[in-house]
Amino acid sequence: MNIYIRPEYEVVRDENRCIACRVCERQCANEVHRFDPETGRMIAESDKCVNCHRCVCLCPTHALKIVKSDDTYKTNANWDNQTINEVYKQANSGGVLLSSMGNPKPYPVFWDKMLINASQVTNPPIDPLREPMETQLWLGRRSAAIERDEKGRLKNTLAPQLKLNVPILFSAMSYGSISYNAHESLARAAEELGTYYNTGEGGLHKDFYKYGKNTIVQVASGRFGVFEGYLESAAAIEIKMGQGAKPGIGGHLPGAKISADVSETRMIPQGVDAISPAPHHDIYSIEDLRQLVYSLKEATAYKKPVIVKIAAVHNIAAIASGIARSGADVIAIDGYRGGTGAAPTRIRDNVGIPIELALAEVDQRLRDEGIRDDVSILVGGSIRSSADVVKAIALGADACYIGTAALLALGCHLCRTCHAGRCNWGIATQRPDLVKRLNPDIGYKRLVNLVTAWNHEIQEMMGGMGINSIEALRGNRLMLRGLGLNEAELRILGIKYAGESM
Amino acid sequence: MKYVIIGNSAAGVSAVEGIRSADAAGEIVVISEERFPVYGRPLISYYLLGATDRSRMNYRPEDFYEKMGVRLMLGERAERIDVSAKEVVLKSGARVGYDKLLVATGSRPFDPPMEGLGEVKQKFHFMSMQDALDLEKALSVRKRALIVGAGLIGLKCLEGILGRVKSVTVVDMAGHILPSILDDAGAAIVQRELEAKGVRFCLSDSVKKFEQGTAHLAGGGSIPFDLLVVAVGVRPNVELVREAGGEVARGIVTDDHLRTSLPDVFAAGDCTESDDVSSGARKILALLPNATQQGFAAGVNMAGGDSAFGSAIPLNAIGFFGSHVLTAGSYTGESYTEADGDRYRRFFVQDGVLKGFILVNAPERAGIYTSLVRNRTPLAGLDTARLEAAPVLAAFPASVREAMLSREV
Amino acid sequence: MKRIYVNEKWCLGCHLCEYECAFANSGLDDIVKALKGKPVYPRVTVEDCGEVHFAVNCRHCSDAVCVRSCISGALSKGDDGVVRIDREKCVGCLTCVLVCPYGAVMPAPDGHAAMKCQLCTDNGFGEPNCVKHCPNNAIVFEERAEVRA
Repeated sequence: MNIYIRPEYEVVRDENRCIACRVCERQCANEVHRFDPETGRMIAESDKCVNCHRCVCLCPTHALKIVKSDDTYKTNANWDNQTINEVYKQANSGGVLLSSMGNPKPYPVFWDKMLINASQVTNPPIDPLREPMETQLWLGRRSAAIERDEKGRLKNTLAPQLKLNVPILFSAMSYGSISYNAHESLARAAEELGTYYNTGEGGLHKDFYKYGKNTIVQVASGRFGVFEGYLESAAAIEIKMGQGAKPGIGGHLPGAKISADVSETRMIPQGVDAISPAPHHDIYSIEDLRQLVYSLKEATAYKKPVIVKIAAVHNIAAIASGIARSGADVIAIDGYRGGTGAAPTRIRDNVGIPIELALAEVDQRLRDEGIRDDVSILVGGSIRSSADVVKAIALGADACYIGTAALLALGCHLCRTCHAGRCNWGIATQRPDLVKRLNPDIGYKRLVNLVTAWNHEIQEMMGGMGINSIEALRGNRLMLRGLGLNEAELRILGIKYAGESM
Repeated sequence: MKYVIIGNSAAGVSAVEGIRSADAAGEIVVISEERFPVYGRPLISYYLLGATDRSRMNYRPEDFYEKMGVRLMLGERAERIDVSAKEVVLKSGARVGYDKLLVATGSRPFDPPMEGLGEVKQKFHFMSMQDALDLEKALSVRKRALIVGAGLIGLKCLEGILGRVKSVTVVDMAGHILPSILDDAGAAIVQRELEAKGVRFCLSDSVKKFEQGTAHLAGGGSIPFDLLVVAVGVRPNVELVREAGGEVARGIVTDDHLRTSLPDVFAAGDCTESDDVSSGARKILALLPNATQQGFAAGVNMAGGDSAFGSAIPLNAIGFFGSHVLTAGSYTGESYTEADGDRYRRFFVQDGVLKGFILVNAPERAGIYTSLVRNRTPLAGLDTARLEAAPVLAAFPASVREAMLSREV
Repeated sequence: MKRIYVNEKWCLGCHLCEYECAFANSGLDDIVKALKGKPVYPRVTVEDCGEVHFAVNCRHCSDAVCVRSCISGALSKGDDGVVRIDREKCVGCLTCVLVCPYGAVMPAPDGHAAMKCQLCTDNGFGEPNCVKHCPNNAIVFEERAEVRA
């Protein structure tokens, strides 16, 4: 017998406002709403609701809201409702719990415990509306031996670099986990912004090769969609070793999501589950990693930077040091709050470490070892605002990946049900009727708006600090102060407490 | 350039607009026997019904003639066209010279030979504003009305006067009402609705003799009446052209540029014949939409433009007390019928093309069907199952829809 | 002139445009007051055909057959290119309904006149309310150069 579990959220309809237009019914792929011809009223089944707010947003009379249920078991600080319900679910089904998007648990958010400096009197602030404020930057190995030709002229020995107009890139999200229209939105936005989006491990749809100069292609453990043309098309290549949402495990795209198009793009049979193994089966050491890095460089004539992406885990600094020595041009670190299209709940919620601490550790370690200039550092998981970007760069990052924020711009309401494949916003789905809900003409513009807005804010904050170049902010930890942090946290972050002077 | 237009109704004023679309300066003279500025001729029944009034019946704004630079000669009857002198001779004897002439003289009611008709004192036609005003004066809730003719004119007259007289009886030789546009089943619905309002119909019958306020029917019955409306049919006013030597068949014959066989003489509207593309036959299509399109095209051509007029089809939208009959095209070929209470739809298909249709109390989006008839669209390329259920653009291929809805038209 | 164009590919069949149209033309300033418990009479029609959806409004044809066919002179095309219907003059004969190839003219709710999209030039909304509320740019209000094959 299954124990009935009351839904965590309830659909509340204001009967005084509902005009029974049935828009909610037509827009809900979970079939929550239906019209009752006998009473002429709309009925909602909260049990089916995932709280994606599609109906709330489209209701022309704003008659709908979703509220947290006040139904509760006996209050228990140890056994809260969700914990109890998860036990019931597993006892009902015998299955591993699945979730999507980032870790929602109430762990501390260190971004919110750091404050940014501003200039007063001495070193005056800069007004970005009146004076140049540079947010352009390059990613790639900067350390290069000085060599001269026979005539004594400098040789160009600089490794290939990625040019960004803004310190923000779109994170890896595969075609398959997100829709064609979501990918098109990201690609077009990256092109207009002068930055990059990332294919994830799902290959590159043939329609999107034209955005190649703004594309980072991923090579992951499943090697889906990887071939010479794929590598050649891109601006940079990213080897995915791990993902912040699910460090230590692979990926599993159910066969139902392997449509004809996805199958062609991934180069796998249609309708068959796509399994990304937990490890790369040819990488068991830094030396193995180095072989893959150089294989990819060899394949693309050393013209494209190679990024190695890892999840933020306990020995992150040592791992990063190894990657820096493997020949990689960029290290991408993904924090434990990073999103995913599907992950076991327990992994997502309990594995990995915060990006803030990982970043500070890695930057410090590479500096200590004198190899910081051998690589650029990209961070993600999760960057939520322009302030997070500024703090990340001050902690030592070169630039930030944004995934969840980008999806929010496209309409995602963080219902965390991507794995069901019925995304009402047309993002995390392959169902044609749902995919078409995301018009890339609208989507790309919203992404451009978001990043443009953030970049303005970044310039404002930089100006306030008296800094006119994003390069001058990088690793400038004196621009940060901690609040509500303990000694260990301050030490790892490498920042002073608020009120402490230089 | 001097343009003269005989006739001041839909075709005539459309010709003025057609001329002005191509020639802003030329002199335009409009000659009309009627004494009114242009009015919506089919509105005369709505006038009697009280659904409109004299000022709202103006077919064009009051300043139309002034803005268009038209010299309007009302109350003047054109008697003759002097083709060699290029002049119109008026009844008053005056002559109006022209460079280009349009004959848009319309049609007139005719009286069938019926014994005693000449002695009926309160006898009316129902074709013009003057007819309506004359009839209105005679209306009284104490009077019994008799309408001879259950066609479009007779029944619209019926709708106009029903509430303003004691009773109305309609006589027609045909077996059902609106014989020119409806079949038995469709007519039965409308007849039922009208009978429910108290109208009495004597069908498949005719008046043998009028005698002192009584109509004696061929079928043996007799109907006492106080006022009589004769609405058995109309005749096109073709005499001006015929007497000038122009070619006339049933109506004035024109080419597709509305040119008659007389030099510099054009014709448009109810006095002319058109090619009915739904039947392939040449016939008089005395319909306002036809008249306006012909008139406009004639005007353009008179002013030196090049506007061909084709694709005419029979079209009728007629309503009675809130019910609607919409029909188009010809009733030939195989038919498909759908009847549900007072709602009735019948379609005629021949050679893979929709030839015509009858819609009783099912007006929604009927124009989609009309365009199929008018354009002779092959049904093979369409989703006919959907079209049978309802007129929808979804029945067209996406590329056709794209041209319709995503481009300027 | 600016007209409403259909991007069929992006129409979700949500029918919001119909309700926003009915509201805009209700004469009321509150959508609930305008539509709650009342039949809805939009001037835009959404067709649903399996996964294909699209909205149809008046195309404001350059040579509008409805205007040419109107028996009362109630339909006219303004200098701004908008085809309008004068409710006062209209007697509800529905000839315009019979001739519009798009099915974009419809009987008005009172049955005594026809009605059609006038691009919200007649109701104080100023710009087409259907387009404003379309969640997916499935209908747009824009200049579009004439495409000729």
